[in-house]
Amino acid sequence: MTAYAATQPVSRAATVQKVRSPGGIEAWLVEDYAVPLVAVDFSFKGGAAQDPTAKAGVAAMMASLLDEGAGDMDSEHFHRALDDRAIEISFGADRDAVSGRLKTLSRSVDEAFDLLRLAMTSPRFDADAVDRVRAQITAGFRREAKDPDALAGRGWREAAFPGHPYGLAVRGTAETLAGVGRGDLVEAYRGALVRRDLKIAVVGAIDAAKLGGLLDRAFGDLPATGDLVAVAPVLVAAGGRPQVIDLDIPQSTIRFGLPGIPRRDPDHMAAVVVNHILGGGVFSARLFREVREKRGLAYSVYSHLSTFERTAIFGGGTSTKNERAKESLDVIGQQIDELATDGPTEEELDKAKKFLTGSYALRFDTSLKIASQLVNLQTEGFDVAYLDERNGMIEAVTLADAKRVGARMLGAGPLLVTVVGRPEGL
Amino acid sequence: MSPAAPLSPSALGLNLAASEGTTGTGPNIRTGRLANGLEIVVIPDHRAPVVTHMVWYRNGSADDPVGKSGIAHFLEHLMFKGTATHPQGRFSETVAELGGQENAFTSNDYTAYFQRIAKEHLGTLMGFEADRMTGLVLSDAVVDPERDVVLEERRMRTDTDPSQQLSEAVQATLFSSHPYGKPIIGWKHEIETLDRRDALAYYSRFYTPENAILIVAGDVDFDEVKRLAEDSYGRIEARGEAPVRRRPQEPPPHAHRLVTLADPKVEQPSAQRVYLVPSYRTGGRDAMALEVLAHHLGGGQTSMLYRALVLEQRIAVAAGAYYMGTSLDDTRFYVWAMPGEGVTLEALDAAVDGVVAEVATTLAEAGDLARAKTRLIADAVYAQDSQATLARWYGAALTTGLTAEDVAGWPDGIEAVTAEDVRDAAAAWLSKKRAVTGFLLPEAEPGSDAA
Repeated sequence: MTAYAATQPVSRAATVQKVRSPGGIEAWLVEDYAVPLVAVDFSFKGGAAQDPTAKAGVAAMMASLLDEGAGDMDSEHFHRALDDRAIEISFGADRDAVSGRLKTLSRSVDEAFDLLRLAMTSPRFDADAVDRVRAQITAGFRREAKDPDALAGRGWREAAFPGHPYGLAVRGTAETLAGVGRGDLVEAYRGALVRRDLKIAVVGAIDAAKLGGLLDRAFGDLPATGDLVAVAPVLVAAGGRPQVIDLDIPQSTIRFGLPGIPRRDPDHMAAVVVNHILGGGVFSARLFREVREKRGLAYSVYSHLSTFERTAIFGGGTSTKNERAKESLDVIGQQIDELATDGPTEEELDKAKKFLTGSYALRFDTSLKIASQLVNLQTEGFDVAYLDERNGMIEAVTLADAKRVGARMLGAGPLLVTVVGRPEGL
Repeated sequence: MSPAAPLSPSALGLNLAASEGTTGTGPNIRTGRLANGLEIVVIPDHRAPVVTHMVWYRNGSADDPVGKSGIAHFLEHLMFKGTATHPQGRFSETVAELGGQENAFTSNDYTAYFQRIAKEHLGTLMGFEADRMTGLVLSDAVVDPERDVVLEERRMRTDTDPSQQLSEAVQATLFSSHPYGKPIIGWKHEIETLDRRDALAYYSRFYTPENAILIVAGDVDFDEVKRLAEDSYGRIEARGEAPVRRRPQEPPPHAHRLVTLADPKVEQPSAQRVYLVPSYRTGGRDAMALEVLAHHLGGGQTSMLYRALVLEQRIAVAAGAYYMGTSLDDTRFYVWAMPGEGVTLEALDAAVDGVVAEVATTLAEAGDLARAKTRLIADAVYAQDSQATLARWYGAALTTGLTAEDVAGWPDGIEAVTAEDVRDAAAAWLSKKRAVTGFLLPEAEPGSDAA
């Protein structure tokens, strides 16, 4: 008990400054001069959930094009300007957000923010860049066309969210991207890259005054608001008989899942603890012990709790030889049922809480990891104080909570299962 | 444990890091040695109260006995099965209860075990890690299911993935004699025969203090680490001398070889070229030139290959190059490309040849050379942001015959590379007779009409 109490820093929240630029742009800053670099993470509301069904992938493609030419520089010149100073800028889209990252040596921070401004405020979407990026993304689809992990992930997602944007591929398909034109990209860009709901975190060798000016330079010219469509809340669809996708390989790749407990649900932290006991990344997790260690059924077996704006997923997976696929799935199902019915033991709960609280510090050991954590907190609507309060929320989960939430989440009905391969007995 | 996967350059292996950034604010790295021969490297990073604790052994898959491929990696798995003092699971449970994370990895030249944890637990972990350097206990009851786990790992990584099968075949072709030609995880038919006695024989040969390097990065100082190490690792009896790695070396290659894999699961073709080249240990200054060459030729969107094949000729969707310099023996220089639709691999390969010929005969423009060097040297500064990355870079260097001074001097070595050095390295080493070309191609399903 005392062992991990000592690991608590005095206050992680106290290391974070809330910076407000002269132009009114807010960022969370951790000022640190140990390494001469500056890392920035930021996020706009939007993302793939905004994609029209027929144009799935447009947000991700738009994000990929932001560093492919801006202002008076074409793609080649823009990348040369970045590489000349070893500045790294990247953009991406996930379900609910378009996000970006910047890393620069502190001596090039002005140039870095100028290039960032250009990419965000005057991307060119040149025809040759659009064609090239489309071809690159499409080649990626072909590479994954018979990849068991990709097939299983897609099959499960489509079965989980039929008719909902969350059921579509974030990067779209060859067919939908073929129909994406410059106008679609510009529309996706205008919807997402606006100051409303912009979340920024900065870590490194820079002070608040300097950062304030740079924030205005990079983000100040963005429009205040844009148009976003409402995304309906959705639950993971009910399971039943496993869906089998045939692929001539010696191993079956299995994905399973149920509705998760959302981020703002009072039971969320208890669900985090229960998931950790079942299939978290430790050797003592029940799935690891039963599937891998005792029976040698798989190398990788895990579960996770993932939350999105409009849904939450309890999910997991494994890969096991075709002859033993049914056995693996039976063992996993049995472990989930047991945890739903009986809950964890007092000892398991205690160990899970020790791990989850003790390892929280490991999420804050590089500048980009810290920046990413700070943006996530802002996006989820938490304040800086969460950094100090989070471990207390884990501590507060009781055995009764864990049992109740285990039953609520893991007892919610038959698993939704997708299997890729030639599984025997399913 | 990732054998080279040329289509994802970031997964190719480890680069060298520098201990000093160009600004002179780099960490104050110190090295030392215990009386029993165990080497110590301490990398201070006081930004967060956490440490990365690693033990590296100077043996990897290239030291697997003939017919026993995969034993280094199999033993890495078995090292989690408990000792006379700490039964199976106790070490891992302790790490988890203390809020730590742990894992292990095996490569061609090394095997390493690590934990990341709050700094006050360092001594506890050292006690456990020192204990399993000599105290491992294995029974058939734990070895047999773990062999199945490794076979599933091989199925997951290789047996279900044609591009990995091609990479395996390319390596086996490039190294006709040297054991780098064997997969790290081992050949399936050999893994199936590995047993408890094989594992213990390998363990007693290599898991000794003289063969190990302790690397601690994080919120610690050297004296503290040394004292804790003396209390734990220092109690292990010396064996007298370090094990010797005897590996058959590769003869000078005389013939270009083409390896083709066609599979119905392939829908996107790709090409790779792997040259046999000197490593940092075997190549000296040539290695620095090869590093800059790889970046100039194929590091990102401003590189020669990307410019020529993707932007100008528009025959590829992606292309790049990578030098796997951190290697005990002669090593690999990769060039790879992915064709656009309707482009044959032969046409793509000819275009690659054109770019390689250009870099071997003409001097890089000053701006291009400076950009490549700036990028590489900045990576050494960026690496200081991650104690785990720095620890891995030092470990990889020290287990492949380099010293901490070599690592610290790396940015200066890169800075000193001239345009002539880059051209001459390309001319000397990127000769097709030193290379294997690998083609990954689609194949029609039996009974289908598809091309």
